[in-house]
Amino acid sequence: MPVNSKAIGKTYDPTVYAVGREKIREYAHAVGEINPVHIDPQAAREAGFADVVAPPMFAVVYAGPAVIPAMFDPEIEMNFAMMVHGGQEFVWGPLVVAGDEITTTATVKDISERAGLGYYIFESVSVNQRGEEVCRGTWTNIVRGV
Amino acid sequence: MASLTPGDQIPELKITPDKYLTVRYAGASGDFNPIHIDEEFARAVGLPGRILHGLWTMAQVARAQTEAAGGPQHLRRLAVQFRGMGVPEQEVTVTGTVKEGGPAGRVLVETVAEQNGKQIIRNAEAELEL
Repeated sequence: MPVNSKAIGKTYDPTVYAVGREKIREYAHAVGEINPVHIDPQAAREAGFADVVAPPMFAVVYAGPAVIPAMFDPEIEMNFAMMVHGGQEFVWGPLVVAGDEITTTATVKDISERAGLGYYIFESVSVNQRGEEVCRGTWTNIVRGV
Repeated sequence: MASLTPGDQIPELKITPDKYLTVRYAGASGDFNPIHIDEEFARAVGLPGRILHGLWTMAQVARAQTEAAGGPQHLRRLAVQFRGMGVPEQEVTVTGTVKEGGPAGRVLVETVAEQNGKQIIRNAEAELEL
Protein backbone atom coordinates (compact mmCIF):
# COMPACT_ATOMS: atom_id res chain seq x y z
CA MET A 1 0.00 0.00 0.00
CA PRO A 2 1.61 3.31 -1.01
CA VAL A 3 1.84 6.09 1.55
CA ASN A 4 -0.79 8.78 1.46
CA SER A 5 1.03 12.05 0.82
CA LYS A 6 -1.91 14.37 0.28
CA ALA A 7 -1.56 15.90 3.77
CA ILE A 8 1.90 17.37 3.05
CA GLY A 9 1.81 21.04 4.04
CA LYS A 10 -1.18 20.63 6.32
CA THR A 11 -1.00 22.88 9.40
CA TYR A 12 -2.69 22.21 12.74
CA ASP A 13 -4.17 24.47 15.38
CA PRO A 14 -1.46 26.02 17.56
CA THR A 15 -1.07 25.02 21.19
CA VAL A 16 -0.15 27.43 23.96
CA TYR A 17 2.04 26.22 26.82
CA ALA A 18 2.66 28.23 30.01
CA VAL A 19 6.14 27.38 31.28
CA GLY A 20 6.19 26.79 35.04
CA ARG A 21 9.12 26.70 37.43
CA GLU A 22 8.10 23.41 39.06
CA LYS A 23 7.57 21.71 35.69
CA ILE A 24 11.08 22.73 34.65
CA ARG A 25 12.42 21.28 37.91
CA GLU A 26 10.47 18.06 37.46
CA TYR A 27 11.81 17.70 33.92
CA ALA A 28 15.37 18.61 34.97
CA HIS A 29 15.34 15.93 37.69
CA ALA A 30 13.96 13.30 35.29
CA VAL A 31 16.81 13.84 32.81
CA GLY A 32 19.53 14.04 35.48
CA GLU A 33 20.18 17.74 34.95
CA ILE A 34 22.25 19.19 37.79
CA ASN A 35 23.06 22.69 36.51
CA PRO A 36 21.48 24.95 39.19
CA VAL A 37 20.16 27.41 36.55
CA HIS A 38 17.46 24.77 35.85
CA ILE A 39 16.54 24.26 39.49
CA ASP A 40 17.31 27.29 41.69
CA PRO A 41 15.74 30.68 40.82
CA GLN A 42 18.47 32.57 42.64
CA ALA A 43 21.24 30.72 40.80
CA ALA A 44 19.40 31.42 37.53
CA ARG A 45 19.16 35.15 38.31
CA GLU A 46 22.80 35.32 39.36
CA ALA A 47 23.69 33.77 35.99
CA GLY A 48 21.73 36.54 34.25
CA PHE A 49 18.44 34.75 33.51
CA ALA A 50 15.00 36.06 34.49
CA ASP A 51 14.00 32.78 36.18
CA VAL A 52 14.87 29.09 36.09
CA VAL A 53 15.92 28.06 32.59
CA ALA A 54 14.27 25.21 30.71
CA PRO A 55 16.88 22.64 29.54
CA PRO A 56 16.96 22.75 25.72
CA MET A 57 15.27 19.33 25.45
CA PHE A 58 12.31 20.69 27.48
CA ALA A 59 11.15 21.54 23.93
CA VAL A 60 9.45 18.13 23.93
CA VAL A 61 7.22 19.35 26.76
CA TYR A 62 6.00 22.57 25.13
CA ALA A 63 6.11 21.44 21.48
CA GLY A 64 4.97 17.81 21.85
CA PRO A 65 1.30 18.64 22.46
CA ALA A 66 1.18 20.45 19.10
CA VAL A 67 2.68 17.52 17.19
CA ILE A 68 0.57 14.71 18.65
CA PRO A 69 -2.71 15.71 16.90
CA ALA A 70 -0.80 15.78 13.61
CA MET A 71 0.52 12.25 14.17
CA PHE A 72 -2.98 11.01 15.01
CA ASP A 73 -4.63 12.80 12.08
CA PRO A 74 -6.71 10.11 10.29
CA GLU A 75 -5.99 11.82 6.96
CA ILE A 76 -2.33 10.85 7.34
CA GLU A 77 -3.11 7.15 7.90
CA MET A 78 0.09 6.50 9.85
CA ASN A 79 0.20 2.92 11.13
CA PHE A 80 1.19 3.28 14.79
CA ALA A 81 1.65 -0.44 15.35
CA MET A 82 4.54 -0.43 12.86
CA MET A 83 5.96 2.99 13.72
CA VAL A 84 9.26 3.92 15.34
CA HIS A 85 10.59 7.36 16.21
CA GLY A 86 13.46 7.37 13.73
CA GLY A 87 14.99 10.78 14.21
CA GLN A 88 14.67 14.13 15.86
CA GLU A 89 16.17 17.54 15.34
CA PHE A 90 15.80 20.72 17.35
CA VAL A 91 17.16 24.15 16.45
CA TRP A 92 17.03 26.56 19.37
CA GLY A 93 16.63 30.31 19.59
CA PRO A 94 16.53 32.35 22.81
CA LEU A 95 16.33 30.28 26.00
CA VAL A 96 12.94 29.51 27.52
CA VAL A 97 12.51 30.46 31.19
CA ALA A 98 9.77 29.96 33.77
CA GLY A 99 6.97 32.44 33.12
CA ASP A 100 7.25 32.27 29.32
CA GLU A 101 4.25 31.41 27.20
CA ILE A 102 5.11 29.29 24.17
CA THR A 103 2.89 28.95 21.12
CA THR A 104 3.66 25.98 18.86
CA THR A 105 2.37 25.26 15.38
CA ALA A 106 2.84 21.86 13.76
CA THR A 107 2.85 21.06 10.05
CA VAL A 108 3.26 17.95 7.94
CA LYS A 109 6.64 18.55 6.34
CA ASP A 110 6.94 15.41 4.23
CA ILE A 111 5.48 11.95 3.70
CA SER A 112 7.44 9.61 1.47
CA GLU A 113 8.32 5.99 0.88
CA ARG A 114 11.73 4.36 0.38
CA ALA A 115 12.40 0.65 0.21
CA GLY A 116 9.20 -0.38 1.95
CA LEU A 117 9.56 2.17 4.71
CA GLY A 118 7.23 5.13 5.14
CA TYR A 119 8.81 8.39 6.34
CA TYR A 120 6.43 10.78 8.11
CA ILE A 121 8.13 14.06 8.94
CA PHE A 122 6.46 16.71 11.09
CA GLU A 123 7.76 20.16 11.89
CA SER A 124 7.00 22.23 14.97
CA VAL A 125 7.69 25.95 15.28
CA SER A 126 7.57 27.40 18.78
CA VAL A 127 7.55 31.12 19.55
CA ASN A 128 7.55 32.90 22.89
CA GLN A 129 5.28 35.75 24.06
CA ARG A 130 7.58 38.25 22.31
CA GLY A 131 7.24 36.45 18.98
CA GLU A 132 10.82 35.11 19.08
CA GLU A 133 11.32 31.63 17.64
CA VAL A 134 12.61 29.60 20.58
CA CYS A 135 12.65 26.19 18.91
CA ARG A 136 12.06 24.51 15.56
CA GLY A 137 11.62 20.75 15.76
CA THR A 138 11.75 18.11 13.03
CA TRP A 139 10.09 14.86 14.11
CA THR A 140 10.78 11.84 11.88
CA ASN A 141 8.64 8.73 12.26
CA ILE A 142 9.40 5.60 10.27
CA VAL A 143 6.71 3.01 9.51
CA ARG A 144 7.69 -0.49 8.43
CA GLY A 145 5.82 -2.43 5.80
CA VAL A 146 3.97 0.40 4.04
CA MET B 1 34.54 24.47 29.91
CA ALA B 2 36.16 21.64 27.98
CA SER B 3 38.65 22.31 25.21
CA LEU B 4 36.67 22.27 21.98
CA THR B 5 38.85 22.23 18.90
CA PRO B 6 38.73 19.69 16.06
CA GLY B 7 39.69 16.22 17.23
CA ASP B 8 38.93 16.91 20.88
CA GLN B 9 36.63 14.55 22.74
CA ILE B 10 33.90 16.15 24.82
CA PRO B 11 33.88 14.84 28.42
CA GLU B 12 32.13 11.47 28.50
CA LEU B 13 28.72 11.43 30.19
CA LYS B 14 27.65 8.27 32.00
CA ILE B 15 24.27 7.70 33.61
CA THR B 16 22.41 4.59 34.74
CA PRO B 17 18.63 5.06 34.54
CA ASP B 18 17.10 3.42 37.60
CA LYS B 19 14.18 0.99 37.52
CA TYR B 20 11.52 3.72 37.79
CA LEU B 21 13.20 6.36 35.63
CA THR B 22 10.86 5.76 32.70
CA VAL B 23 7.87 6.40 34.98
CA ARG B 24 9.31 9.72 36.18
CA TYR B 25 10.25 10.73 32.64
CA ALA B 26 6.76 9.82 31.40
CA GLY B 27 5.30 12.20 33.98
CA ALA B 28 7.85 14.92 33.28
CA SER B 29 7.51 14.72 29.50
CA GLY B 30 3.86 13.70 29.08
CA ASP B 31 4.78 10.61 27.00
CA PHE B 32 2.88 7.76 28.66
CA ASN B 33 3.26 5.22 25.84
CA PRO B 34 2.92 1.92 27.76
CA ILE B 35 6.01 0.40 26.08
CA HIS B 36 7.99 2.64 28.46
CA ILE B 37 6.10 2.04 31.71
CA ASP B 38 4.26 -1.28 31.56
CA GLU B 39 6.41 -4.42 31.59
CA GLU B 40 3.59 -6.78 30.56
CA PHE B 41 2.46 -4.54 27.70
CA ALA B 42 6.02 -4.17 26.44
CA ARG B 43 6.53 -7.96 26.39
CA ALA B 44 3.14 -8.49 24.74
CA VAL B 45 4.23 -6.34 21.78
CA GLY B 46 7.50 -8.25 21.40
CA LEU B 47 9.92 -6.06 23.32
CA PRO B 48 12.34 -7.49 25.88
CA GLY B 49 10.59 -5.37 28.52
CA ARG B 50 10.05 -1.68 29.17
CA ILE B 51 12.34 0.48 27.02
CA LEU B 52 13.76 3.95 27.55
CA HIS B 53 12.13 6.94 25.89
CA GLY B 54 14.32 7.90 22.92
CA LEU B 55 13.85 11.56 23.82
CA TRP B 56 15.21 10.89 27.33
CA THR B 57 18.33 9.42 25.75
CA MET B 58 18.49 12.43 23.41
CA ALA B 59 18.33 14.63 26.52
CA GLN B 60 21.46 12.85 27.79
CA VAL B 61 23.19 13.63 24.48
CA ALA B 62 22.08 17.27 24.87
CA ARG B 63 23.35 17.36 28.45
CA ALA B 64 26.78 16.08 27.40
CA GLN B 65 26.99 19.06 25.02
CA THR B 66 25.77 21.73 27.46
CA GLU B 67 28.12 20.43 30.16
CA ALA B 68 31.04 20.51 27.73
CA ALA B 69 30.15 24.01 26.51
CA GLY B 70 29.36 25.57 29.88
CA GLY B 71 25.58 25.95 29.90
CA PRO B 72 22.28 25.55 28.03
CA GLN B 73 22.68 28.83 26.13
CA HIS B 74 25.48 27.30 24.02
CA LEU B 75 23.46 24.48 22.40
CA ARG B 76 22.01 25.80 19.14
CA ARG B 77 21.05 22.60 17.31
CA LEU B 78 20.93 18.86 17.91
CA ALA B 79 19.96 16.24 15.35
CA VAL B 80 19.88 12.53 16.19
CA GLN B 81 18.90 9.16 14.77
CA PHE B 82 17.37 6.62 17.14
CA ARG B 83 18.48 3.02 16.64
CA GLY B 84 17.76 -0.08 18.64
CA MET B 85 16.39 0.54 22.09
CA GLY B 86 17.66 1.48 25.48
CA VAL B 87 16.61 -0.31 28.65
CA PRO B 88 16.46 0.74 32.32
CA GLU B 89 19.11 -0.28 34.86
CA GLN B 90 21.95 -0.42 32.31
CA GLU B 91 24.54 2.32 31.98
CA VAL B 92 24.23 4.78 29.08
CA THR B 93 27.39 6.49 27.82
CA VAL B 94 27.48 9.61 25.65
CA THR B 95 30.66 10.44 23.77
CA GLY B 96 31.44 13.06 21.16
CA THR B 97 34.21 14.44 18.99
CA VAL B 98 34.62 18.00 17.75
CA LYS B 99 34.52 18.00 13.95
CA GLU B 100 34.68 21.69 13.04
CA GLY B 101 35.21 25.10 14.55
CA GLY B 102 36.38 26.14 17.97
CA PRO B 103 37.79 27.16 20.30
CA ALA B 104 35.29 30.03 19.99
CA GLY B 105 32.32 30.70 17.71
CA ARG B 106 30.45 27.83 16.08
CA VAL B 107 31.52 24.29 16.97
CA LEU B 108 30.22 21.11 15.39
CA VAL B 109 30.29 17.91 17.48
CA GLU B 110 29.64 14.36 16.25
CA THR B 111 28.14 12.44 19.12
CA VAL B 112 26.57 9.07 20.01
CA ALA B 113 24.90 7.34 22.95
CA GLU B 114 25.73 3.70 23.68
CA GLN B 115 24.43 1.04 26.03
CA ASN B 116 26.03 -2.39 26.41
CA GLY B 117 28.30 -1.63 23.47
CA LYS B 118 25.44 -0.83 21.07
CA GLN B 119 24.64 2.61 19.76
CA ILE B 120 21.12 3.64 20.72
CA ILE B 121 21.60 7.13 19.29
CA ARG B 122 23.83 7.35 16.27
CA ASN B 123 24.89 9.86 13.61
CA ALA B 124 24.04 12.67 15.98
CA GLU B 125 25.33 16.14 15.32
CA ALA B 126 25.37 19.04 17.75
CA GLU B 127 26.04 22.65 16.95
CA LEU B 128 27.41 24.77 19.79
CA GLU B 129 27.95 28.52 19.90
CA LEU B 130 30.76 29.52 22.24
